[in-house]
Amino acid sequence: MLAYITRRLLYAIPILIGVNLITFALFFVVNTPDNIARLQLGVKNVTPEAIEKWKVNHGYDKPLLYNDKQEGLETVTDTIFYKKSIRLFVFDFGVSDEGRDISHDIYTRMWPSLAIAIPGLIVGLLVNIALSMLLAFFRATYIDLVGVITGVVLLSISIMFYIILGQFVMSKLWHLVPISGYTEGIDGIKFLIMPVLIGVLAGIGSGTRWYRTIFLEEINRDYVRTARAKGLSELRVLFRHTLHNAMIPILTGVVVIIPSLFLGSLLTESFFGIPGLGSYTIDAIHAQDFSVVRAMVFLGSVLYIVGLILTDISYTLVDPRIRLN
Amino acid sequence: MSEISFINSFEMNVLWTDWLVYILLGFITIFVLYARKHEHLRAPWRQILTRRLAMSACIVLLAFASIGILDSVHFHKAEGVKVDGSVRYSSEVTSLFEQLVLPLKSNVEKTYSAPFATQLYAKENVELPDGSVTRDYPRLKFGGAHLDNPSEQKAADVTQRSFIAIIQAILFMMLIILLLAAWLARSQHSDIKTVIGTMWRGETQLPWKSMLATLFVVIVFVSLVMQLGTVYHIFGTDKVGQDVLYLSLKSIRTGLVIGTLTTLIMLPFAILLGIMAGYFRGWVDDLIQYIYTTLSSVPDILLIAAGVLLIQVFIENNPDLFPTLQHRADAKLVFLCLILGITSWTGLCRLLRGESLKLREADYIQAAQAFGVPNLKIILRHIMPNTMHIVLIVVVLGFSGLVLAEAVLSYVGVGVDPSMISWGNMINGARLEMAREPIVWWSLVAAFIFMFMLVLAANLFADAVRDAFDPRLRSQ
Repeated sequence: MLAYITRRLLYAIPILIGVNLITFALFFVVNTPDNIARLQLGVKNVTPEAIEKWKVNHGYDKPLLYNDKQEGLETVTDTIFYKKSIRLFVFDFGVSDEGRDISHDIYTRMWPSLAIAIPGLIVGLLVNIALSMLLAFFRATYIDLVGVITGVVLLSISIMFYIILGQFVMSKLWHLVPISGYTEGIDGIKFLIMPVLIGVLAGIGSGTRWYRTIFLEEINRDYVRTARAKGLSELRVLFRHTLHNAMIPILTGVVVIIPSLFLGSLLTESFFGIPGLGSYTIDAIHAQDFSVVRAMVFLGSVLYIVGLILTDISYTLVDPRIRLN
Repeated sequence: MSEISFINSFEMNVLWTDWLVYILLGFITIFVLYARKHEHLRAPWRQILTRRLAMSACIVLLAFASIGILDSVHFHKAEGVKVDGSVRYSSEVTSLFEQLVLPLKSNVEKTYSAPFATQLYAKENVELPDGSVTRDYPRLKFGGAHLDNPSEQKAADVTQRSFIAIIQAILFMMLIILLLAAWLARSQHSDIKTVIGTMWRGETQLPWKSMLATLFVVIVFVSLVMQLGTVYHIFGTDKVGQDVLYLSLKSIRTGLVIGTLTTLIMLPFAILLGIMAGYFRGWVDDLIQYIYTTLSSVPDILLIAAGVLLIQVFIENNPDLFPTLQHRADAKLVFLCLILGITSWTGLCRLLRGESLKLREADYIQAAQAFGVPNLKIILRHIMPNTMHIVLIVVVLGFSGLVLAEAVLSYVGVGVDPSMISWGNMINGARLEMAREPIVWWSLVAAFIFMFMLVLAANLFADAVRDAFDPRLRSQ
């Protein structure tokens, strides 16, 4: 097990280098360091000297990937790519192009993202499991048919519609909760209710549909037939036997997204004015702040890889038949 | 000496996405011809053809597709004859669809107006007949312009026109049913009356009753647009006075292009790399797995954002390549499809790798290898046809997600060009109008309704395709 995890972590290193190269290539094909300097300095004080000075201060005065003025190993290390990207591997994100400390920003913005993502995940999971069990219990009846069609309808609606309608009805018509914003502590709950509810509602369609197929797959298995043959009631079969086994695919499906909860949802956060990592990323894209974008891409990839490894581990924990090697 | 006749009254202008749409149509035709000859492909399609919901969805999709295809035939219209006798063409690019709904396009008001309104949304200085000036809601230039006294006549006029539209639709529908029944009767050697009877009782193999019912709804919609849309703005007008119905209809092409071309562009890579990884194993497999793991671990939105910024800079640096605004928007659309394709091909690639890993151990492939059949031939003859059902399921299921993604991307600011008419841009523009008093809701609602209908139809159809082609589901 430990050997497996170590190997997977080592395998992650070339992937992360690849990810860094891609982001680096994409952003520097678009933006030369001169452009970035011009954007940051504003229109007024753009002189060639000012640009040079900004580049030296922010470490953009070196060649991109290969420095032919240096010798030996320095040809590779004395470059923008090496100086800016390699430090990410020890989670040293450096400062943004605007001069702010990225690690500190990520740390403070992580909590609002989690404050929405975690309740959303838990409530969504409970609602989806309950609904899909209901449909599985009434399988092949009109209730099931209506439920499945409602699911398709719900998942055909754009998430933008849920958000805009939710804001309009709950804030503008009924004045229940503020339309957007965020504060820390217990007062923050009134800002969180709507994003969480809307996130759950928007996920019902796809979630219920997916879990329903899982339940139906389990319900057709031999152990269920045996349980029924023993004379157990259908409800007991569903809760005691099917639910336990269906939790394996459901939980392993959830584990893979847990790490990425940190990053929050781009759309929800920017619509509801929540200062989380999702809106941080959008702002960085709009401002073309390469340092922040690169840090977020790196963080995203790390969390994705961690998610994959966690999924593999959780398989072995819940299903003893699977061995990792 | 030349005159403007039908032949030289237009000059074709094929945009990049148009070419891709034509190529896609070509592929679909080839696939249909191929599938007709092969029983293992015909059987699942026959199963789909008997499903009522799927076939109704198919009719709706066909209606959307025909608008999209008509909107993909672009040309310049002739404006007049030059001094040297040659025909002078307008610099504006128009499409066949735009010409069909010309009244919708050209009935442009000054600014917002509500659905079926006869007056503008905002107050303006209006000059009265006696010369004095007052602030009032001015009459619209086109919406209800044929009425002398809108407040009294409008209700009656709308009812009358809708009634005519429905009568028209019913008559047209009866004609279609008669023609269809006659055609069926001929091929089944029975008479029209029996055929209509079996259709009505739902005893036909194809669900004609549901399909015709859906078709009737579509025809009613078309004839309502013809009767009412030319004299009213059914969904109101937007900020610059464009008809919202026209914008919603024009957005269909953008949505379809994003939903279909994205997969068309990514398919060759996904199929080739996925099968190669599974078939050759070893270092080829390692390399390809490395590529797709790396690509899929970059957050999609960042990859898309970077890609869109990239094309923007490229267009700004090479203005000669893109003569008009429309060419620019079109190039951006192609590139958006490309970059969306890059973010979405990894899933299919992984599935195909798994399937080819399984297939290469099959007896008939071992036999082919033992006979010394070259690898390329084995892949083309034996592996590729046996993975096609996966490709089809992934493509069909992915379509609706891409249409929905367009709206989100436009909101984030990395979607289609702001000058391109799309549901995403309509929603993005309308979002800010929600704060106005009285609230401007119509363009938002129209965009959502059209997008919802397309996505719902696509989802229902995709479910049927998956049920028919997925071997695991088929055996149950």
